Amino acid sequence: MSKVTPSLLVRDDRTKRRNAAERRFRFYGLGAIGIAALALVVLLTTVVSSGVGAFRQTYVTLEIALPEDKLDKTGTRDPDLMARVTTFGYAPLLRAALIRQLAELGITTDLSDKHIGEMISKEAVATVRNHVLANPELVGTTLTIDVLTEGRVDGYFKGRVTMESAALDGNTSPEALEIAQRLADLGVIKTRFNWRFLTAPDASDQRPEAAGLGVAILGSLYMMLVVLVLALPLGVAASIYLEEFAPKNRLSDFIEVNISNLAAVPSIVFGILGLAIFINFGGLRQSSPLVGGLVLTLMTLPTIIISTRAALKSVPPSIRDAALGVGASKVQSVFHHVLPLAAPGILTGTIIGLAQALGETAPLLLIGMVAFVREYPAPYSETAGLFGEAATALPVQVFNWTQRADPGFAERASGAIITLLVFLAIMNIAAVLLRRRFERRW
Amino acid sequence: MSLVKFTTSSLLLATVSATAAVARENVQVAGSSTVLPYAAIVAEAFGENFDFPTPVVESGGSSAGLKRFCEGVGENTVDIANASRAIKNSEIATCAENGVTDIVEVRIGYDGIVFASDIDGNTFEFTPADWYLALAAELPVDGAMAANANTNWTAVNAKLPDQPIQAFIPGTKHGTREVFEEKVLLQGCEESGALDAILAINGGDEDAAESSCMTVRTDGLSVDVDGDYTETLARIEADTNGIGVFGLSFYENNSDKLQVATMSDVVPTTESISTGDYPVSRPLYFYIKAAHLGEIPGLQEFADFFVSDEIAGPDGPLAEYGLVSDPKLASTQDAVANRTLLDGM
Repeated sequence: MSKVTPSLLVRDDRTKRRNAAERRFRFYGLGAIGIAALALVVLLTTVVSSGVGAFRQTYVTLEIALPEDKLDKTGTRDPDLMARVTTFGYAPLLRAALIRQLAELGITTDLSDKHIGEMISKEAVATVRNHVLANPELVGTTLTIDVLTEGRVDGYFKGRVTMESAALDGNTSPEALEIAQRLADLGVIKTRFNWRFLTAPDASDQRPEAAGLGVAILGSLYMMLVVLVLALPLGVAASIYLEEFAPKNRLSDFIEVNISNLAAVPSIVFGILGLAIFINFGGLRQSSPLVGGLVLTLMTLPTIIISTRAALKSVPPSIRDAALGVGASKVQSVFHHVLPLAAPGILTGTIIGLAQALGETAPLLLIGMVAFVREYPAPYSETAGLFGEAATALPVQVFNWTQRADPGFAERASGAIITLLVFLAIMNIAAVLLRRRFERRW
Repeated sequence: MSLVKFTTSSLLLATVSATAAVARENVQVAGSSTVLPYAAIVAEAFGENFDFPTPVVESGGSSAGLKRFCEGVGENTVDIANASRAIKNSEIATCAENGVTDIVEVRIGYDGIVFASDIDGNTFEFTPADWYLALAAELPVDGAMAANANTNWTAVNAKLPDQPIQAFIPGTKHGTREVFEEKVLLQGCEESGALDAILAINGGDEDAAESSCMTVRTDGLSVDVDGDYTETLARIEADTNGIGVFGLSFYENNSDKLQVATMSDVVPTTESISTGDYPVSRPLYFYIKAAHLGEIPGLQEFADFFVSDEIAGPDGPLAEYGLVSDPKLASTQDAVANRTLLDGM
């Protein structure tokens, strides 16, 4: 028996224990949040520190002589005939330009001509060729153009490649980096913000410096449009019916349980379904954002239905009763009163569902969207239909790049993660803001 | 309601446009992740230099790619399957069942498989027997099979450095694993005389003996890596005692972090592999659906371009990336140009 203290000013043992328990609980809570915050900070620092380099890119200014006898043997300046000179024909011109510039600037080196040429990105050749084919009148003149440097040189200016690592690396050499440093001192090599990272398509394993997210961002955008246009109306219609009109019986209970179950189904299952139904049976294009969007719609529908039903439920019954009381029909009460009041909740649920779909890779693996795609997908084309041209998606691009051998792609992958996180943050912030702005409490 | 109208019409539009799709314009490739980088390099150069769109190259593994390839004929099936091994008879049969009866086999070159360890660690000179003795689940000891007791490379071979055995080998889903088992473990089993010893123990059952040779220990000293070479590299960076199995091209792109081991005193290079001195290599292939040639624009041109001298030759970009070019490339070029079909169809 503990003795009973009559005073309120003196705390007895029992109160002390309860207070201690409360303090402990607060401490646990703080600890949990601390661990979560620490994990987030570690994740973000690793991703940002390795990925920030992807947003800067090193360029070299070349003065390329474009001799007529090499590029336009017929002298007609006809792009169709000039296109017969492939990138293999242009590569020596770029190399010669750099070698001549080195000589003019008084930079001497033991490096062979081949290795000097390798300091220029392989993408640069295609850039120059396309530029010349678009402007045939340039043939015979000297073209001054900024082109990408090779990935190791680029890595040197971002601190990824050092003289020590270059000495061991078969793809570059300390001599090459010294030349690059001297060119940078003279302003011929510059590092600047890399818009190409957000606009350019993917590049093959030999040119990490050229790889960008353009196709992936377009693909993700198209898929999100498909998901929005299909999942939002379907999900809202289904929830309105289930919540407002459906009789409460075994069948509607069964449907409800199934929707909850669907929300928990692993996303890869939807990919298998998509391959079987949309591609093999429906005959839709593989690798197309349309199929990707359809698969993600299936995945997002349960999320939207569940959040929409919650939003509809939170509208007080008195609103419905009042509408019905002044003679509105059931449909009028729902569409004129209940739905507008539930809209903020529906929007939030939809945006969160979309954000989930944006970060999804697994189902896309099976429908052929985990691929090397360089052509920008058009939203509509005669042959492929709406959203039918092959594309990838942002998370897929991360997955692809982490698998590549060249260390330059690790930087790109982290850069892609940053981009994806920014998109997700924007969507989630939009959801929060919309809720704050329009939410009504009763 | 305008919202309702908008959504119904967009739904209709989506379905109509989906069904209205006609012939595909780009070449669609799927298959081996080993061949993927080469196919991507070729696809990129093809898109740059030809009027056709850049082919779409999917990864996913040789078996998955061939499965997709064999799904049938038509524009929503792939045109080309990349494979890091030859097509199996069972796959040819599946293909034939689904109407894919005409296949052109194209060998693009060879891929070397190398053993590499942390750049700051010990240097290794292996023989296949070392790997067998280090990784086999059971070894023949005094006329009976006993669990492999080797835990250090010196115990395997006194010439090897004093370092605990920790191997990162490709998982069973990889085509590389098969080559590793046949060209390293089985070879080592024979060379070390263990195969004869096992045959003496089990009474001459060759299949059982060979499968015993290729059974890898599961006590944690050998780890199956199901991911890509990047995962193997990350594991070696985390555990510097680790020795990993890589493709030659991967090693050449990461030579500032890895040092390569010799096999039977031969350093793996594109030259030593093409001459056959370096023993662990395998051919890489792609398979073309002949029914799509002429139907899918650019398919024939892409295949021709892939095996052309300027791409797949010894001075081409593929060799530069680490592919060992095929000395018989000219006959491959003829086969592609003449659409020579695979036998046994």
